[in-house]
Amino acid sequence: MTRRVLTGVSVAFVGILILLPLIAVFIEAFRKGIPFYLAAISDPLAISALRLTVLTAAISLAANLIFGLAASWLIAKFSFPGRSLLLSLIDLPFAVSPVISGLIFILLFGAQGWFGNALTERGIQIVFATPGVILATVFVTFPFIARELIPLMQEQGTEEEEAAMLLGASGWKTFRRVTLPNIRWALVYGVVLANARAMGEFGAVSVVSGHIRGRTNTLPLHIEILYNEYNFSAAFAVATLLASLALVTLAAKAFLEWRIRAEERPLAEEA
Amino acid sequence: MRKLRRHSVIPGFGLTLGYSVSYLSLIVLIPLSAVVVKGLAQPWPQFKEAVLDPRTLAAWRLTFGAAFAASLINVVFGLIVAWSLVRYDFPGKRLLDALIDVPFALPTAVSGIALTAIYAQNGWIGRFLEPLGIKAAFSPLGIVIALAFIGLPFIVRTVQPTIEDLDPAVEEAATLLGASQFTAFRRVILPAVQPALIAGFVTAFARCLGEYGSVIFISGNMPMKTEIASLLIVTKLEQFDYAGASAIALLMLVSSFLLLFAVNFGQWWSTRAQRREA
Repeated sequence: MTRRVLTGVSVAFVGILILLPLIAVFIEAFRKGIPFYLAAISDPLAISALRLTVLTAAISLAANLIFGLAASWLIAKFSFPGRSLLLSLIDLPFAVSPVISGLIFILLFGAQGWFGNALTERGIQIVFATPGVILATVFVTFPFIARELIPLMQEQGTEEEEAAMLLGASGWKTFRRVTLPNIRWALVYGVVLANARAMGEFGAVSVVSGHIRGRTNTLPLHIEILYNEYNFSAAFAVATLLASLALVTLAAKAFLEWRIRAEERPLAEEA
Repeated sequence: MRKLRRHSVIPGFGLTLGYSVSYLSLIVLIPLSAVVVKGLAQPWPQFKEAVLDPRTLAAWRLTFGAAFAASLINVVFGLIVAWSLVRYDFPGKRLLDALIDVPFALPTAVSGIALTAIYAQNGWIGRFLEPLGIKAAFSPLGIVIALAFIGLPFIVRTVQPTIEDLDPAVEEAATLLGASQFTAFRRVILPAVQPALIAGFVTAFARCLGEYGSVIFISGNMPMKTEIASLLIVTKLEQFDYAGASAIALLMLVSSFLLLFAVNFGQWWSTRAQRREA
């Protein structure tokens, strides 16, 4: 009896609160038929938003991947004063809300910002231009990859790397042949999560982009503009691209969690 | 540099330390310090005016109130969902479990327009609420719904592991000894999951305070009525009032840092207490 009531309540609550909006995206997108849908997602402005979204995600991920590898190597392989402080500072962007993540770059590079004058004199534009969009995205995705790698590398310790070094491998070779294969799935996992956030970020990017159509609009901003123009079906059509990305991300996440568990098991059995 | 680290054959200490600290400073620390400096560099009356004028006060009340209400709803339903997922088998269980993570993965602008379409006057649910005199979209209720959507995974995923660790034999023993199901819940289960519930509540609450994308479509953004604090920052920025925007941002940052610090401290304290008991 209790069991029926509780599972019923759970299914109803999650169904209404979460599943319904997800379904709504796809139904609203096709309300005006398939030709309209195809036209909306192949509109030149949608394509240029898609291009900026992919470019932004690629640059942010590459930057944060290099940082994630450097930071996890540093924190997992060495002990030094200030290590736990560094660890908490890496998580800092998670506690900063989206709008504030954009605001900080306006304060630095906006017309009245700290470096605003110096940049204007040299004709360099950072906010209300592509570099600002990229910077804000780098900020909001900053912790994702480091956070996946650090605990794993700490758990794996330094023995294998020490052995490789003592056998005469160079530092770079040790990293590439010993460390990298050990952390590859966690690395992909971090990249997948960071990518979802990078492509979907709205608040931070909306503050720094200036909403210049065809130039500084990412997919989420393009959706906002279409929606505010009452072009609902087109907004939802573009939204299906991001909703599909979210579904693919969740599937990849489940697959990677299974992979990571499968690799941990033999280790656990040995111990 | 050499004195800083334990002797080790592993190379790269200087390189990774230098790189990590510089990158962290450039991307995170210097930009964040800008909001602190800009916020505090104004005369006190001006700061007070920015964070306490009637319009901002109304936004604070709405933001904190809606975040609190949404997180409270999620504590109740999140516990039920987590409990069902751990303890019961039912058709669609794996799908339900997967759906919990959707708000983490779905871009906030997408959830924002989808929720608005559902709860607007002519929407799937809005059209049934309308005759009852309930206005969901473009009202504080809509904000609570959007924040409940955003916050649910934080509570379910925090409570789930605690329920997994609970031994069903303990509740069975309680019921066998004559406790009603409700008493068993209140005296046995609730105390065990309470720390996780509180941690989940505070994390969700902190996240909801700063939420923007999923809220601004459904809220309607009427000053004094349905304008949240994040939106006020955007409005002030559009008027080039950087100092005012920074003042509000600074208060929001301090609130969420304090909340998240409290969660971490609480978790550290409760694991320490548990260890001492053992």
